[in-house]
Amino acid sequence: MKISKRVEKVAPSGIRVFFDLVLGMKDVISLGVGEPDFVTPWGIREKAIYSLEQGYTSYTSNMGMIELRREIAAFLKRRHGLDYNPEDEILITVGSSEAFDLVCRTLTNSGYKILVPQPSYVSYYPLFYLAGANPHYLTTTIDNGFKLTPQQIDKACDKNTKILVINYPANPTGVSYTKKELLEFSKIAKKRNLIVISDEIYDELTYDFNHTPFATLPGMREKTVYLNGFSKAYAMTGFRIGYACGPKEIIYHMNKIHQYTMLCASIIAQMAAMEALKNGAKSVLQMKKEYRRRREYIVDELNRIGLRTHKPEGAFYVFPSIRNTGYSSMDFALNLIRKKKVAVVPGTAFGPSGEGYVRMAFASSLDNLKEAILRISEFLKR
Amino acid sequence: MDEILEILENDARLTPEEIAKMVKKPVAKVKSLIKQYEKDGIILKYKTVINKEMLHEERSGVRALIEVKVVPQKDVGFDYLAERIYRFPEVASCYLVSGSYDLLLIIEGKDIHTVSSFVAEKLAPMENVRGTVTHFLLKKYKEDRQILKRAERAKRPAISF
Repeated sequence: MKISKRVEKVAPSGIRVFFDLVLGMKDVISLGVGEPDFVTPWGIREKAIYSLEQGYTSYTSNMGMIELRREIAAFLKRRHGLDYNPEDEILITVGSSEAFDLVCRTLTNSGYKILVPQPSYVSYYPLFYLAGANPHYLTTTIDNGFKLTPQQIDKACDKNTKILVINYPANPTGVSYTKKELLEFSKIAKKRNLIVISDEIYDELTYDFNHTPFATLPGMREKTVYLNGFSKAYAMTGFRIGYACGPKEIIYHMNKIHQYTMLCASIIAQMAAMEALKNGAKSVLQMKKEYRRRREYIVDELNRIGLRTHKPEGAFYVFPSIRNTGYSSMDFALNLIRKKKVAVVPGTAFGPSGEGYVRMAFASSLDNLKEAILRISEFLKR
Repeated sequence: MDEILEILENDARLTPEEIAKMVKKPVAKVKSLIKQYEKDGIILKYKTVINKEMLHEERSGVRALIEVKVVPQKDVGFDYLAERIYRFPEVASCYLVSGSYDLLLIIEGKDIHTVSSFVAEKLAPMENVRGTVTHFLLKKYKEDRQILKRAERAKRPAISF
């Protein structure tokens, strides 16, 4: 069978084998998840049930229910001082992953050089590649806490460079940036006339300082596509509901692809998302508090047992270096799951520069984390 | 409330070393704070929450909520009478409440008979107790924020991005 050359080239590589191994195993302690361990707060679930009972089972406007878009606009205004018009600057998507795909396809022309940090979320590279662009990696390492530098961005720019992707707090490194650091990035973006795709899905899980949306920086609102969603802050991964905000021209074109592929996000998820914005703030704070304690615990413990770990500023991941163990990322993960039944994700899943690291999620109960640390330390002593 | 108390209230098995890591304080400091809380009576005791509904024991006893109307006393208000009542070991909890009655008691006994005789013989005849209403508990669904049914939860995949 003839498969599209481009699609054929997007290969999940050796990671697939590892996944199949893990998914087939029982009694695994998993630090391999990319989602909260909390179940969606009851008030939000109850709203979803209620809306089903009330017969909310139809399509909605392609852009998403106007009531939800208004609610998002109001939330962004009071939370961050962001100003987006719910009529034509906010698009409701099936998770922020869909929003990322839409923006890739909307802004990319062949020959464009796209700057993508690395290690970074698994979808970025393939989605740009499928959209016909050449992603260019901006590599970060543990030595500078996985932070991009303005110089690095500037140096990577040439006349074909049109787009910069940033993600903070980041999956898989947990890195985030202060307003001061982001201001430096915005200066480069201005100087090089870049459009910035800012994936801020973990924004509510920022522990050491206030989160600053990129679009709030001077001159950046018109140059930024802001991506966010409900999965991480409200533990709503299974609802698949996210959104994109940006200049109306970009949103207009993104919506064209969205209307032909998704039509609209699920109405039940949209109803639940509205409830999350209205009454979910308290649950978010409770979850954040819990994550913060786990972060302190796991960073300390991993360093203690000999895995160099940078303390992440946000999200619920740590990205320890496993270089001193002599294993490759994949072998570390494979041996750890086989010998001690602890699941972690090899760093190479997040791009070649993830070699030498593994991702561990602390979105797991403290009892699980304690047991996992015990097993990993036994594994390291072998 | 201090974060250490919040953590202990949720899981009293955590060691001072573990708590110290979570709150970024020296172990010695955490230990001395806990000692002080114990001394001050802020931490009263450490206990295990047992879901007795799951034990299915025939003789696990009965509980009743009892509304008590009383006549408040000069100078001491409700406190004097409340103390005379809550000192009985049968009284598991005792609250002063607003509304159509004054004291709300939770009484524990080995069967309905024990609880009724406590009410009839000890509580109701007390001077200044004007009346009681007894509600026997039939089933517990949730107690102290804890849902008593074992939650069945869809499992997350062990690996996801």
